Amino acid sequence: MKVTKIALILGLASTLPNLVNAATLEQVMKKGVLNCGVSTGIPGFSATDSKGVWKGIDVDFCRSVAAAVLGDASKVKYIPLTAKERFTALQSGEIDLLSRASTWTATRDTSLGLNFAGVNYYDGQGFLVNKDLGVTSAKELDGASFCIQAGTTTELNLTDYFKSNNMEYKAVTFDTSGQTIDAFKKGRCDAVTSDASQLYGLRIKLDDPKSAVVLPDIISKEPLGPVVRQGDDEWFNVVRWSLFATLEAEELGVTASNVDKQLKSANPSIKRLLGVSGKAGENLGLKSDWAYQIVKQVGNYEEMFENNVGKNSPLNIDRGLNNLWNKGGLMYAMPIR
Amino acid sequence: MAVYTMKEAKPAPSTSKGLVFWLRENLFSTIPNTLLTLLGIYFIYTTIPPLLDWMIFDATWSGTKEEVVKEGARWIFIIEKFDQFMYGFYPEALHWRPNLVAIISIIFVFFIPRLSSIKIKFVSMLLYPVVCFILIRGGLGLEVVGTEKWGGLMLTILVAAVGIIASFPIGILLALGRQSDNMPIVKTLCVGFIEFIRGVPLITILFMASVVLPLFFSDGIEFDKLLRALIGITLFQAAYIAEVIRGGLQAIPKGQYEASESLGLSYWQGMILIILPQALKISIPNLVGSFISLFKDTTLVLIIGLFDILAMVTLTNSDTSWLGFEIEGYVFVTLIYWVFCFSMSQYSRVIERRYNTDH
Amino acid sequence: MNNSKLPPTSSGLFNSPQNRAIIFQVLSLVVVVLCIFYFVNNMFDNVAKRGITTGFSFLGETAGFGVSQALIPYDDTSSTFLDVFIVGLLNTMLVGVIGIVLASIIGLMVGIGRLSSNYLIAKLSLVYIETFRNIPILLQILFWYNVVLAALPSPRQSISYFDSVFINNRGLIMPDPIFESGSGFILVAFILACISVVFLAKWASKRHDLTGEEFPLIRVSLAIVVVAPLLVFFVTGQPISAEYPALKGFNFKGGITIIPELLALIFALSIYTATYIAEAVRAGIEAVPPGQKEAAKSLGLKEHVILRKVVLPQALRVIIPPVINQYLNLVKNSSLATAIGYPEIVTLFSGTTLNQVGQAIEIILMTMAVYLVFSIVISLLLNWVNAKMEIKGR
Repeated sequence: MKVTKIALILGLASTLPNLVNAATLEQVMKKGVLNCGVSTGIPGFSATDSKGVWKGIDVDFCRSVAAAVLGDASKVKYIPLTAKERFTALQSGEIDLLSRASTWTATRDTSLGLNFAGVNYYDGQGFLVNKDLGVTSAKELDGASFCIQAGTTTELNLTDYFKSNNMEYKAVTFDTSGQTIDAFKKGRCDAVTSDASQLYGLRIKLDDPKSAVVLPDIISKEPLGPVVRQGDDEWFNVVRWSLFATLEAEELGVTASNVDKQLKSANPSIKRLLGVSGKAGENLGLKSDWAYQIVKQVGNYEEMFENNVGKNSPLNIDRGLNNLWNKGGLMYAMPIR
Repeated sequence: MAVYTMKEAKPAPSTSKGLVFWLRENLFSTIPNTLLTLLGIYFIYTTIPPLLDWMIFDATWSGTKEEVVKEGARWIFIIEKFDQFMYGFYPEALHWRPNLVAIISIIFVFFIPRLSSIKIKFVSMLLYPVVCFILIRGGLGLEVVGTEKWGGLMLTILVAAVGIIASFPIGILLALGRQSDNMPIVKTLCVGFIEFIRGVPLITILFMASVVLPLFFSDGIEFDKLLRALIGITLFQAAYIAEVIRGGLQAIPKGQYEASESLGLSYWQGMILIILPQALKISIPNLVGSFISLFKDTTLVLIIGLFDILAMVTLTNSDTSWLGFEIEGYVFVTLIYWVFCFSMSQYSRVIERRYNTDH
Repeated sequence: MNNSKLPPTSSGLFNSPQNRAIIFQVLSLVVVVLCIFYFVNNMFDNVAKRGITTGFSFLGETAGFGVSQALIPYDDTSSTFLDVFIVGLLNTMLVGVIGIVLASIIGLMVGIGRLSSNYLIAKLSLVYIETFRNIPILLQILFWYNVVLAALPSPRQSISYFDSVFINNRGLIMPDPIFESGSGFILVAFILACISVVFLAKWASKRHDLTGEEFPLIRVSLAIVVVAPLLVFFVTGQPISAEYPALKGFNFKGGITIIPELLALIFALSIYTATYIAEAVRAGIEAVPPGQKEAAKSLGLKEHVILRKVVLPQALRVIIPPVINQYLNLVKNSSLATAIGYPEIVTLFSGTTLNQVGQAIEIILMTMAVYLVFSIVISLLLNWVNAKMEIKGR
């Protein structure tokens, strides 16, 4: 009896390492839900409202991918991650997609086993200071203390900036952006530095948001975008083209409210986008109405932007660099054809 | 050589009684003692009245936050956010489910020791966790609530309860393994595991569980974040329980082992019927102590991004319409933890007395 | 349980306890090895498949981020991740050492207070223990950090003592001593004073054995250790001066700054650990047979002499093992500093570095190894103390 047991255990153990190794797209379709890594709370990008519902431009991107892949934007499981956890969560397969205001850098793209699928927000690092300090430019911050979130590109940029300008600074690092702004509120530091978009979000968390200003200086390039695991090109394509579809929809004037009407449009580009003609969906391994579902259920890029961080939100951030290429911005979608 | 001189005899102690005598004897017996007493009274005077004022007399118990005029605690914040402190993001319409689990648990704890039939006891012990799990998570016709929505006190208690229950059998096996002198390999493995776990802080184990554990499995196997934290906590607690039970095993006289053998009992029969009941009984105070530490340690799950009751303080406080209420939040959570831990330690004293069969 | 002396009752392979033990051990070893093999295999598989960099070469790379407290020279732009590791390690040890000293002092006082004949003091000590022991340490750390930090003034409104020590929400700022040439003599004087105290102690104990006379050893040694370096200080023309902190721009320049994270952490850790030490002290004192105290009393010894010469030496044997365990707990609990951003090993290495480099396995294993080394060193110390304290029969 013992011998059979041993044999059984040995047999079992030898089969274990060869368990299913399914591709992400297939897995997501099988599970019927998209595991999407978001932040623990960056207003405008990914944060819960008072009822615990996730809102934000990054959250909308998760929903777009779910709409494209599963046909239902609500089939997303949001996994809040600290800056520290985000890449390991993706590497380890806990999440299928990381949409968490992550900066695209060479190191991250090449040495972490990750791929950036595109840029959904062009950002830059800025400073938030108290008005009564009387500071108008970052150059006047010599000797100041800065509250920063640990493990971000921000931390490295700050060093570079102060070194190249021959100034001194003190860094006080925290785990989450919430702790960062809390410490600033209590006077632990003179300024908060982070991506400029986040600073506007953090400022609302002050007792008196008008007591602090975001300085005009931008000291770095911070292209933020969705991230997937390296080595799964099929999934990478789905994520990248979901992003392009939202931009293309804006460019073609397709919005959530007029998308049904646009199905009958004669414009060949719109036809190809919405799957009336062409094989874009099929080639991606998706249904032909993938982009229609994105626009119908989530909206185009303009709608995502304005509702979460732009005019229709408390952050009220200008489109700026994030405008379409033909309107003076950097947003440029590859043609769908 | 030393020369010693005779000291004078001291007067006999007084035999009088009464309040004044008690005061003089206990508070003002010597000059340093009097000074200490005065210092103590001054300390109480400077801390207790302001604290009571803040917490009770000057506190705001109702109304909206715009109407707050008093200096003391603004408990309206806690009242407003009470549901989040208790259940996290658990859907409001389904709060009856964790409530029902709480009621079942109380009934369970209360009635199990009073049941006479071993079979019913055993069955209900097996059924209880299953029922609780289905009620909280859903399934079998109940709406499923994903673990990412669990939070607050509910999550704290759940993590502690699972940690305590699941670590217990593992802890016993580890303790027996460590005590098995005739099996050096098993002993080494157990000692290695126990000492490794006890040598590192819980937070590194939680990091390991939350960040590295998924890398140990193939892609197809998926773990929930909460489940991973629970695995980490269970392994951690098992090592500590093993050490407590080992202490109990060592205290059992050798005669007991020999007696069980001479009765012809096998190793497991002897352990289950003779040795373990005695060993566990002596270990009860330390076991409860270890449970209390675990209950306190559940706060660490906030560092890996789970929303236990302590994490709720920060979370509720980042609500832009309720800024600046964190002191109330901290005090509220402190009180909850204190009540739980203090009552557990008092309960252990009661049990210790009840099971004390020494004559 | 030891079956080895029994003759085998049956010749079957599984009926002999020895064989059973061997088979069971082999089985469990096989299971453990298979599990480890399975995990490690998967790990390498996953790491290779995802193109994650492995190995420890990242330690030599430039870190490039700022650290709010470093005990070794640390430069944001040129220090490597190995330097970050050492900075974190030293910061952990700093908290450990200060915390242990403070917790021992508070614990000893409260433990003795718990048994005081003064009713009020005994009850206050009890309340202290029961309050702080039953609140999670993480909650205490967060509480002290957030509440106290919020209450402190900004640098421009600092609370100042003698214009040289300042307290504000950037921390506690003290003058920084500057050692000029000649200050080496003071160090020499200090060392000489210490050596002479050792000899003095030997002489005093010898004299005590012979004549029974007490020598005020503590007072005299303190005087020697303080006075000798002081004398040299003035003789050599005051070679130590201090750099006083001064408000410049945003904050104080110069001086030593103790950051508020460190203050909150040490405060919380020592208050929490002291409750356990106090209970150990109480248990130890109560373990001394009452006859010892009565005997000492009947000899006419004063209360404090009884405590110092009769009770504590005997109680220490019971007190020290649990207290050393608490020291280990304190060091392990210091890892919770990551919640308030104090730059110790978990914050700096398992936090910031992990995030910049992304090699979770190597980094977490290194962090665990640090704590394992601490724990092994402390257990060795414990064993050594236990051996030393053992009652030696004559």
